[in-house]
Amino acid sequence: MIRDFLGKRKIPLAWLLLTRQPLRILVAIAGISFAGILMFMQLGFRDGLFDASVTVHKLFDADLVLISPRSKSSISMSGFPRRRLVQAMAHKDVIGTTAINWNFLLWRNPENLSTRSILALGFEPNKPLLIDPNFEKKASSLKNKGRVLFDDLSRDEFGPISSWFNDGRLVETEVAGKRVRVSGIVSLGPSFGADGNLITSRETFLGLSPGNPPGSIEIGLVRVKNGSDIDNIVRTLNLSLPSDVRVLSLQSFIDFEKNYWRSSTSIGFIFTLGAAMGFIVGCVIVYQILYSDVSDHLPEYATLMAMGYNLRSLLGVVAREGFILSIMGYVPAYISGQALYALVRSSTKLPVEMSFSRAFIIFSLILFMCMGSAIAAMKKLADADPAEIF
Amino acid sequence: MRSSNTNTLKIFSLNHWYGQGQMRRQVLQSISMEIFPGEVVLLTGPSGCGKTTLLTLIGALRRVQDGDLKVFGTQLYGANRKIRQNLRKKIGMIFQGHNLLRCLSAEQNVQMGSDLLNGYSYRARRDQAREWLRAVGLKDHMSKLPHDLSGGQKQRVAIARALAAKPKLLLADEPTSALDSSTGREIVDLLKKLALEQSCSVLMVTHDPRILDVADRLLRMEDGQLLPSV
Repeated sequence: MIRDFLGKRKIPLAWLLLTRQPLRILVAIAGISFAGILMFMQLGFRDGLFDASVTVHKLFDADLVLISPRSKSSISMSGFPRRRLVQAMAHKDVIGTTAINWNFLLWRNPENLSTRSILALGFEPNKPLLIDPNFEKKASSLKNKGRVLFDDLSRDEFGPISSWFNDGRLVETEVAGKRVRVSGIVSLGPSFGADGNLITSRETFLGLSPGNPPGSIEIGLVRVKNGSDIDNIVRTLNLSLPSDVRVLSLQSFIDFEKNYWRSSTSIGFIFTLGAAMGFIVGCVIVYQILYSDVSDHLPEYATLMAMGYNLRSLLGVVAREGFILSIMGYVPAYISGQALYALVRSSTKLPVEMSFSRAFIIFSLILFMCMGSAIAAMKKLADADPAEIF
Repeated sequence: MRSSNTNTLKIFSLNHWYGQGQMRRQVLQSISMEIFPGEVVLLTGPSGCGKTTLLTLIGALRRVQDGDLKVFGTQLYGANRKIRQNLRKKIGMIFQGHNLLRCLSAEQNVQMGSDLLNGYSYRARRDQAREWLRAVGLKDHMSKLPHDLSGGQKQRVAIARALAAKPKLLLADEPTSALDSSTGREIVDLLKKLALEQSCSVLMVTHDPRILDVADRLLRMEDGQLLPSV
């Protein structure tokens, strides 16, 4: 094996052609990295926004979710009768339910007194809501009226609530014009629709938004026995409950929300288009670099052909140049991508993470971009005529 | 006479034209010649008489249009690309400009020649390349780029590169034209010495009257025809 490899080893012409022209390779790396960073950013934002739209959904302690069939997404939830949850309890596998009110209310920043819309969740504090094991203790404080839990991942515009709270200060402010007191801090995360979140009891929630009919809720969480067939329960409940309610598994509820942002808004299109622009810019740059490289070295390629190198081995040189460029361009793009994701996370609090699949997809795109450009540049090699160099 | 199958090169009634239709112009007219192993043959003649065309035909760089052209017994008339490509590996070429690869050092340029040989390890091919550079007197310039070498040194590297592939026929097109007279003389002597050590035949096109005496045989060409030897 190794002997065979040593026997085949040749002068690394592709590598030397590139590295002996530092300026050209720097331009190429900068161009490819730029295209890569653009794709990392655009696709990262896109996925981050989709993920952010379900940060709260993912934390729900539920197997099934009841919503109104008129609800389109978390920013336009409609109500349905709370009685449906009681009816769902009739199913033999259902072991518990939680009624949730879900609406946007105006929050006053206690520091500069400006107001801003915040997503408020109202539930019965003696029922489970989130899977976080520490949540139950915090929730018990909500049994007093006028208490709220504030999401410390909310955007800074809502005020320095968590730092004040952790300093031991009494944090009081107004929500929808009524006084509330922060009695705890939770970590949920903002989404595209909601800049911040607060959790309170249904009683407080209804006091804050008196227009809401007390018998109406926006979301019903349903928990079932371990090991039950969730799809089957979803089907049975959808058949047995009236048509003013829709039963989904938790995963379909998450998909329902993501799907809204994906298909009913332009986010997906805009960011995918942005990534496509990056891809095209990259293609043009790599093609230019490889094409001018082949043109500049045409007499040398012709000399090699005259010496007895066949066209295929010369095409191999161009292909290897493309491959080397893709690796050299990808590494800085990946590193800058990680750095920019960290920057985005700290400044927008969106959950933009480097996922393996995105890293792989972008590597494949860069590889495709470089190899495609190499193939296009190879056409120029046909102009290398060894008979012309004498 | 030696038997025909030991000929390095045998040409019989070779014709060649450039252009199409009314523009068609004959550049070679019934050329016939032979070169035997170890012979050094010089080809002279005014520019435009077809010397370089003949060289590119022998070097399998052009398709033969009419006539017999055999190199090492391989008929080039009607030969496909693969045959011509394989033949080129056995023919060394030295060009008017040195045509070295700019991005490779002297040693790497020569190794591009020895890389064409099968069955040697990378190390062995590199050692051969160094050996050739020593033979052409460039042992202190192995890692220099062509850019940093003088014209004579570049042409020496080109000779080393051509010989590194162990050819049995060396084609040289005015190898001294870019050099001053004493350097040109040195290069041609070196070329002859090394070629003979390898029992490699040499066909050299030249204008340079100062080097005619290295030839075993002198061929003169005019208007696409070989003149009878003097």
